[in-house]
Amino acid sequence: MNQFPHGWGRPRDDVYGAYDSSYLNSTEPVSHTQRPIVTGTSVLGVKFNGGVIIAADNIASYGSLARYDNVERLLQVGTHTVVGAGGDISDMQYLHLLLDNLLIKEQYPADDHALLAPQVHTYISRVLYQRRNKFDPLWNSILTAGADPKTSEPFLSYVDLRGTTYTAPALATGYGAHLAVPILRRHVPDEEACASLSQEDAEKLVEECMKVLWYRDARSGVKYSWAVVTKDGVTTGNNKIENQSWKFAEMIKGYGAQNV
Amino acid sequence: MGGFDFSNHTRNAALMAAGMPAPKATSTGTTIVGCLFDGGVVIAADTRATSGPIVADKNCEKLHYISPQIWCAGAGTAADTEFTTAITSSNLELHSLSTGRKPRVVTCMTMLKQHLFKYQGHIGAYLVVAGCDPTGSHLYTVHAHGSTDRLPYVTMGSGSLAAMSVFETQWKKGIDRDGAVKLCSDAILAGIFNDLGSGSNCDVCVITPDKATLMRNYITPNVRVPKELNYKFAKGTTAVLQEKIIKKDELRRYITVTEVDAKGETTLTTDVMQVDA
Amino acid sequence: MASQYMLPHVQQPPSFHSTASQPRQHQWSPYTENGGVILGIAGKDYVIIAGDTRSSEGYSINTRTARKIFDVGSGIVLGVVGMSADGEELARKVARRIDDYKRNHDKHITVNAAAVMLSRILYAKRFFPYYCQPLLGGLDEDGVGAIYTYDYVGSFEREASRAFGAAASLITPFLDNQINLKNQFVPGTNGDEPRKPGDLPMDRVEKIVKDAFTSAVERHIEVGDGLQLVRVTRPPPREAMEDEEEVDEREKTAGGGVLTEVMSELKKD
Repeated sequence: MNQFPHGWGRPRDDVYGAYDSSYLNSTEPVSHTQRPIVTGTSVLGVKFNGGVIIAADNIASYGSLARYDNVERLLQVGTHTVVGAGGDISDMQYLHLLLDNLLIKEQYPADDHALLAPQVHTYISRVLYQRRNKFDPLWNSILTAGADPKTSEPFLSYVDLRGTTYTAPALATGYGAHLAVPILRRHVPDEEACASLSQEDAEKLVEECMKVLWYRDARSGVKYSWAVVTKDGVTTGNNKIENQSWKFAEMIKGYGAQNV
Repeated sequence: MGGFDFSNHTRNAALMAAGMPAPKATSTGTTIVGCLFDGGVVIAADTRATSGPIVADKNCEKLHYISPQIWCAGAGTAADTEFTTAITSSNLELHSLSTGRKPRVVTCMTMLKQHLFKYQGHIGAYLVVAGCDPTGSHLYTVHAHGSTDRLPYVTMGSGSLAAMSVFETQWKKGIDRDGAVKLCSDAILAGIFNDLGSGSNCDVCVITPDKATLMRNYITPNVRVPKELNYKFAKGTTAVLQEKIIKKDELRRYITVTEVDAKGETTLTTDVMQVDA
Repeated sequence: MASQYMLPHVQQPPSFHSTASQPRQHQWSPYTENGGVILGIAGKDYVIIAGDTRSSEGYSINTRTARKIFDVGSGIVLGVVGMSADGEELARKVARRIDDYKRNHDKHITVNAAAVMLSRILYAKRFFPYYCQPLLGGLDEDGVGAIYTYDYVGSFEREASRAFGAAASLITPFLDNQINLKNQFVPGTNGDEPRKPGDLPMDRVEKIVKDAFTSAVERHIEVGDGLQLVRVTRPPPREAMEDEEEVDEREKTAGGGVLTEVMSELKKD
């Protein structure tokens, strides 16, 4: 019998050999994320009257290789929030773990209090800002979408790997910020415009933007996931870009003098 | 002989290492677009020229004349777009004179790409070439490195993605003149309002087989708001520390004065400048 | 004196070809620049702090409605420009510390005490500074307008007027001329009597502020969209206040001010 309590429950040295602790004293410097590896592209979000819609495609790229084509980048958090992430997929999945743990802890008091989108967004932004302060960023751009279960007030905000946060009637990450936001802003330039945008029109708008991204963002895919949050909760779905038009290609012959 | 001389580049690198900043070129961080329609072609541009984050010119012209029926929209380094289009315009005119034919858009595009390729991207001209010639209406883009593309609708410059979002959602095959003008100006507006490198007004040029119509400042959505205050200073605000009046007679102590009569005959020339005692 | 300090990554010499040809490892930067400009002017019984509401990154506009001026409590305002994530963190921290002060001492912090506190907060991050230029405003113990300006690492001074941010170099000479009346003389005195600054009424200053912004919008690409203007003025006299509790709250401060915010539009190109 081992008389030393700190040894109880441990692998026995006489059976397994002495513990090799050399790796703990490694002289290697600690390495941090220097660049994203497997990545997701844009996430879109638009506020409408009584809710918000968010969408992201299902591609995960490995450099310029479309490595995975069935990746879910939207995560429902609680009852009235959806978080969409672009950037590094492993960092996104780690963030999903943090959010799962957060939600579990939130259940413990059983006091009917629920985390809503503003709290989830603040939580994520604090995590991302703290990681950037450690020079060990989570390499993501994230949209948090939600609606207030009592007032229907829509919520939409952005946070990225440096902890930069902002909110607007319509937001997009990655290439979406360049290609989709101009379209979205034309329809919803301000909060008043959101208040007069129906859910149906918002869905059409997102569909249109996803199509433009499919045409022009080389890291995008045809299949995408969407989620709508209203005071009644979250509705999700999957979509494929339909009615594509490649008509412009009909008249193209080469890049210069070619005629045939 | 021939080839490149990079000795000045070595000198500049040494100067920069010694702390001398590189000269800053005015660039047209720009939105430019073009669109073919049934019977012609439209090009359009914003009018902001920038030097870093500063607006160098609020109403510059980015639509350049090449020949009566060929026009060019330029993005990139302002001087490069200006001189590249000007020299191509000259050479195209000479070519037209020597062949006795109207210049063709494809010729213009080829001259531009060969010129730019020769300079390996050091001439920062990004162009949209459009025009009508006996073979039809044409629209091309030319990149600074010499690659070209031929498409029914094109965008270039820092606002190209914002502008392209308009084309990708609204362009239809067989668009008419008015539709093309509206589409191009909307694309430019998307650049003006979403891209910080683009701003101010929208210029449009419509080219058909019989004429080219330049619509300078076709849309002016960014007129300056009136100032709240008047900034006229009361007379005497600036102190007069020293006063010296130079009479006309004394002028010839400082400059050479030539008096000319009504017929243009020189009547008197005084001596060259004298320095004050 | 404020403003000498530059961040290490800003100090790096410009890259030139002789070294660029060797491979260099790219280092991720925790800093970014979100543009915009803020402006503060102190009067004899008021303070005005204003900022545009554009937040940008590179050539993209993040949002047209980002506030850069924050109510940090106890009648004190904080304007921040630079990297918005650091700026907002700083504003949260200052607001929290001002609230702590009130709870610990049962009185409002004075603006000069808050100014010293902000300096310490900035210096605490001497080797990983907040990448933002803060501008603190409020009424001092005599009810006189005070603007405190800082560099990144906490060097500060009290000034009459100051512009920070992207278009600061465009606005500063305008302020020198219109607020500080630099190099100007009373007409007729032939350079003997300089014009005295310091007596400008608040409505005129507000117009100067507005003109400063509409002009900056014309010539700087990162400035635009909206104008957030915050005034700090003396509280209304006692009899004009109906709520007794509010009066009690006010009385705890020597010269604490009342904040009013005005939002207006700027050009969006």
